[in-house]
Amino acid sequence: MIKSQERVAFMEFKSKYIAPVGADGVYVINTGDWRTIRPVLNQDKCIKCGICFMYCPVNSIVKEDGKFIIKYDYCKGCGICAHECKSDAIVMVQEAEK
Amino acid sequence: MDGLKEIRLHGRGGLGTVKAAETLVYAAVTDGIYGNSIPFFGFERQGAPVTAFVRISDKPIRPKNRVYNPHAVVVLEPTIMNAVNVFEGVKEGSLLVINSALEPDKISIDSKVKTVAIIDANKIALELLGRPITNTVMLGAFVKATGWVSLENVSKKVEELWGTKNKEAVLKGFEEAKIYHLK
Amino acid sequence: MQEFDVINGNKAAAIAAALVNPDIIAAYPITPQTPVVEYLTQFAADGILKSTMSEVESELSAMSVLTGASLAGARTFTATSSQGLSLMYEPYFRASTLRLPIVMAIVNREMISPQTVWGGPQDSISVRDAGWLQIYVEDNQEILDMIIQAFKIAENEDVLLPINICYDGFYLSHMTEKVFIPEQEKVAKFIGKYEPEHIILDPERPMAVDPLTNGDLLMEYRYKHLLSQQKALKVIDDVDKEFEYLFGRSYGGLIEEYRMNDAETAILVMGSMTGAAKEAVDIKRKEGIKIGLIKIRALRPFPKERIIKSLDKVKAFGVVDRNVSFGWNTGVVYQEIKSALYESGKAVPSIPFIGGLGGEDLTVNMMMESVDRINSIKKNHSTVWLTESNGGEA
Repeated sequence: MIKSQERVAFMEFKSKYIAPVGADGVYVINTGDWRTIRPVLNQDKCIKCGICFMYCPVNSIVKEDGKFIIKYDYCKGCGICAHECKSDAIVMVQEAEK
Repeated sequence: MDGLKEIRLHGRGGLGTVKAAETLVYAAVTDGIYGNSIPFFGFERQGAPVTAFVRISDKPIRPKNRVYNPHAVVVLEPTIMNAVNVFEGVKEGSLLVINSALEPDKISIDSKVKTVAIIDANKIALELLGRPITNTVMLGAFVKATGWVSLENVSKKVEELWGTKNKEAVLKGFEEAKIYHLK
Repeated sequence: MQEFDVINGNKAAAIAAALVNPDIIAAYPITPQTPVVEYLTQFAADGILKSTMSEVESELSAMSVLTGASLAGARTFTATSSQGLSLMYEPYFRASTLRLPIVMAIVNREMISPQTVWGGPQDSISVRDAGWLQIYVEDNQEILDMIIQAFKIAENEDVLLPINICYDGFYLSHMTEKVFIPEQEKVAKFIGKYEPEHIILDPERPMAVDPLTNGDLLMEYRYKHLLSQQKALKVIDDVDKEFEYLFGRSYGGLIEEYRMNDAETAILVMGSMTGAAKEAVDIKRKEGIKIGLIKIRALRPFPKERIIKSLDKVKAFGVVDRNVSFGWNTGVVYQEIKSALYESGKAVPSIPFIGGLGGEDLTVNMMMESVDRINSIKKNHSTVWLTESNGGEA
């Protein structure tokens, strides 16, 4: 059984570019999918030194209203922030199963 | 064993998913039947999603493709289900072998899956091996759930590759896996 | 009962090289070939492999080292993929025109751009006219057997040309299955010794190698080279038969014909996609479609006579190319098949397929669809791109 005409000499394009550039039509690796443990920051213990913010390899930690917040996009659970934290304010906890 | 069985294993880089798939092929061949397996990984890194495809059959296997309609799905690490649709294309009446500490009703399982084998592989692996490398425990659970390869040949190969502790892990996985039949 | 192991394609290639025990191996790692180099170095460290392992800093070096070694009369082996192959292109072309029977496994990988590490024979196909022999294989057993046969074919006194054994990256290189391992003594007896006379760097019989050459002599050398490729046609078929006699396995020689005896239409394939194609052929045959399959094994020399003979009775055919021919808007193998048929005077309708590029899968479903299309055409058809992988019911 022949499928529809789509296959014949024309392709449904996923990208508007002719050369491999940028993120358009190309998938972006969500390193957040790799996470099995996640860092949790205790704001009471945090001394706001910014070390975690500087060390995070995927820029998952942001500075908002004078506080450092862990945003979990792209966070792969590498644990570098917890390891470097001077005041033990970050702990790694098991990621929950859905 | 009657006819071709297609299996898909889902895990993460560093859990031994690909090696587990190869062990299944080895066991099948030593049992006297046929098997082949190919891995699929994008980035060869710890933590990145890894899929391995296995075919087992009583006749020579010719296709070298990925598996699109598995008879069985093995999930070596439950959080992978947040990132990957492990049930894509599963056959009606298929089988799931999953590393989980939860009860079957707490896990979101595709309606086409009718048999589930659950084993808390993280717990057993941490106990016996000191690290959450779950592939050997999952192999034991897989053998219990399917019987498509012999426990003897799986555990023999595991012992050869990774030593006695891992062989114990296989046997424990076989022992403690709980099988549920769903409606 | 033959000894066997459960291994992937790369290990099969390394084991084959170890069984032959060439004098020198120089290889540089590149995905997906890297495990070949790793296994070979492990075998050498374990004392199983007696070859000199030459650690080189690039593929260009690797081929240059082997050129020098082969000129001194050594048996040589290496392996590479895509960008590594293109990096060594200068000495690669020279190796064949100096008539050095170097054996090289090519783990087929797509050429960049876009950035990719996955399988596809574009790399070796792009150098098909550099004078080397090229054979493409379907599974791990064939990898092992053909690397052994490669030495015998290349060193044959009527041939004396370097040879590539090409296998798909990831789909074969990383695929695990049962492989029979022949005995080393049998292999040694099968391939014999390599004692070159035609070109040698030997102080006992000095010869000036590769001097500046005028066009008339160059033409003569090219003529002889082309003639040797033609002679290789028979040698490849003969070595296959000899191998079968000693080891019990045959692959059909230049091409393999599957259910072509009473076929009305044909599908032509090359490489690991053959497995899925054979499944599709069997399924379609049960539906009453009289389809046959031809697996191209030798791309160089091109098996013109055998193709013409095999396609003699078909009324339509299709070629599945896992590569592109940039100027023709089809695949490469399709163009070569068409060229072959020009001499037969039979212009039957045909259809080129392109699929499986960049590591994309060529599934049984895609093969079945291709068979349906081949059976429905009444005249030449434009290229059909096999793109989506099957996500639905088998």
